[in-house]
Amino acid sequence: MQLNISEQDDIVNICVEEERMDAHNSGDLKEQMLQLFDDGKCNLTIDLSKVRFIDSSGLGALVSGFKNASARDGSLKLCCLQPQVQSMFELTRLHRVFEIFTNQEEALGSF
Amino acid sequence: MSKRVEVDITIPNQTKYLGMIGRIGESMAYSLKSYNGNRRELAYHINLVLTEALANVINHANKCDPDKEVKISISTSDQDLTIKVFDQGEGFDIDALSKFNADASDEGGRGIQIIYKLMDQVKYIHDDGDNILVMTKILQ
Repeated sequence: MQLNISEQDDIVNICVEEERMDAHNSGDLKEQMLQLFDDGKCNLTIDLSKVRFIDSSGLGALVSGFKNASARDGSLKLCCLQPQVQSMFELTRLHRVFEIFTNQEEALGSF
Repeated sequence: MSKRVEVDITIPNQTKYLGMIGRIGESMAYSLKSYNGNRRELAYHINLVLTEALANVINHANKCDPDKEVKISISTSDQDLTIKVFDQGEGFDIDALSKFNADASDEGGRGIQIIYKLMDQVKYIHDDGDNILVMTKILQ
């Protein structure tokens, strides 16, 4: 999975540079987040602007990141969801779990 | 009345083919000119259902064995769109999976529930050595 990772202060932004997040590639995001947690970086924003399609494995990877960030007193926030991706969060009711922002600036400003 | 169109595909038991099969399902949904609902939404849902069903078969029924194969049949008519996914594995307990209610902190367990939410009929049948997950969307 192609990921673009940048840092601003103590917040890491991961931009998923893929059209699909599914059972084939979501494990890569999960592993990348675990590496960041091991490095003590526990405040993450995930930019999903490029993602047109997400399945239950993609959602599962984000839940994993959310749980691990919270367990380390950090947080994981989402931004820039395309409408069909947003609808998947609503279908699975995960929109009640994640903080979801319209753009990256809002997400960064919420920490 | 239009004739039924059926596409049969066989892929190796590997997740790298999920996107390809999902796109074929999307194309078939877009081709349903007589469907009065939101075809864009239907296409996305068919892509999703195919992805969830295939991932379940590849990873669980066929236990990630790359030497196994997965057979998929997608058929459309004016009345319905039906997907069949065949596995050669030990199968899985669809009733248990359908009743499992993933809570917010669960990383897995949402795939079969998504299929049940988006399709009108879901069956898992055993026929002549094959297990077949049959999922139907009623169009009219």
